[in-house]
Amino acid sequence: MKARRVFRVGERALLVELGTGTETEAFHAELLRRRAGGALPTVREIVPAARTVLLDGVDAPDQLAGQLREWTIPPLHARVEQAVDVPVRYDGPDLAEVAALWGVSVETAVRIHSATEFRVAFCGFAPGFGYLTGLGEQYQVPRRATPRTSVPAGSVALAGPYTGVYPRSSPGGWQLIGSTDAVLWDAGREPAALLAPGARVRFVVERR
Amino acid sequence: MTDRALAVVRAGALTTVQDLGRTGFAHLGVPRSGALDPGAARLVNRLVGNPEDAAVLETTVNGCAVRPRGAVTVAVGGAPCPVTVDGRPAAWGTAVRVPAGALLDVGPALRGLRAYVGFGGGLAVEPVLGSRSTDLLSGLGPAPLADGTVLPLGAASAVRGSVDAPPWPGPPEELVLRVRLGPRHDWFTPGALHTLATRAYRVSAASNRIGLRTEGPPLHRAISAELPSEGMVLGAVQVPPDGRPVVFLADHPTTGGYPVVAVVRESDLAAAAQAVPGTVVRFVPVR
Repeated sequence: MKARRVFRVGERALLVELGTGTETEAFHAELLRRRAGGALPTVREIVPAARTVLLDGVDAPDQLAGQLREWTIPPLHARVEQAVDVPVRYDGPDLAEVAALWGVSVETAVRIHSATEFRVAFCGFAPGFGYLTGLGEQYQVPRRATPRTSVPAGSVALAGPYTGVYPRSSPGGWQLIGSTDAVLWDAGREPAALLAPGARVRFVVERR
Repeated sequence: MTDRALAVVRAGALTTVQDLGRTGFAHLGVPRSGALDPGAARLVNRLVGNPEDAAVLETTVNGCAVRPRGAVTVAVGGAPCPVTVDGRPAAWGTAVRVPAGALLDVGPALRGLRAYVGFGGGLAVEPVLGSRSTDLLSGLGPAPLADGTVLPLGAASAVRGSVDAPPWPGPPEELVLRVRLGPRHDWFTPGALHTLATRAYRVSAASNRIGLRTEGPPLHRAISAELPSEGMVLGAVQVPPDGRPVVFLADHPTTGGYPVVAVVRESDLAAAAQAVPGTVVRFVPVR
């Protein structure tokens, strides 16, 4: 296992780099657990990403960095809370291409994707856009060579190891495999994001 | 109809509502946003007797003009600029009483880029995730002002404003940005780090609330691999494939996939927000 590294980021932030995505998710979960238990000094933002967790707004970063290097991180347990079900129509324009990249039929591709339990590894790109992990390594797909200038809101898409759902219409280079009517982001709703880091997610086939 | 409102007569090049930004939502992809020159925003609020985090207008380059329905105390700060009320000169950098229905015109910046206009009671647009700031990256908060926009004003406090700080630190002739190297400086060649620390850059006209873009010698990478997306902080000096450093400002994305060579001290970012295109930029590594 690659050693955990902790970098200073400017005056008041730390970047913790982990060896794998799973370790990153476990470290993030531990941070949230300690924060909820009042065992973490004040941190304004905790931002998980692919292989790192950023802690921003830290009063004594060097002191905290020393502690973070020493932590023992329990393995990531399956959470007890309910998974978020996202109804999806597998009708994306890139579905056939994705199935071909996987070397399976379209029907099998749909079965693989909808049978997978995903986890929101991190968010970014746009408010409420989650990077969902769960698909096996053999199902990684490249981004499209030419990004689309406009991807409709609710598009379910793949890139690299991730599945994501576009919260709103935007340019995008991911492979579009389906669409959902679920509202991924509503700033007036509590919580605003349907998919927050750490959430479990299932895609449920919606028949038309 | 309430007279606690103002109508936008001249929106200007880009005028937005800003307070001190939204925190605690970066993990959902929500930028912090907020005034690019927070010291100026705090000051105009103090001048009109508001809490420092009340919402103000942030103008860009050529100011704006508004017509309050009822009498209101205003203060203009940030970039120095001519201020008029119904065509008559009024003071910059101090509290000014604008009568009901009068036209407050905040003129083009004489130096710097962004003026801040505080109103007694503050702009009372609906907060989104705890802030009234316009976030241009993700579209949260009120839309940038357009001619005809009507903005609600809050109830003014009875407290008189006070001046307790110099209103303008002086425009940057040369923008000196103190940086702390890292977290990804080892992704660049030693020569690139020397270039960053010794060569002059210029503020690019493509700069905006998301980032201060620069023109100058490109920084060459020692590691050409793709960096997995990671969390980004205010002031991060991110280096895209063209090698020209971009300094992240308030509306910056919360994660990014280009390496951050250094981070600018937060106290130097207000000057960055006021630096006009063409201004010489120097990055000075400090511990």
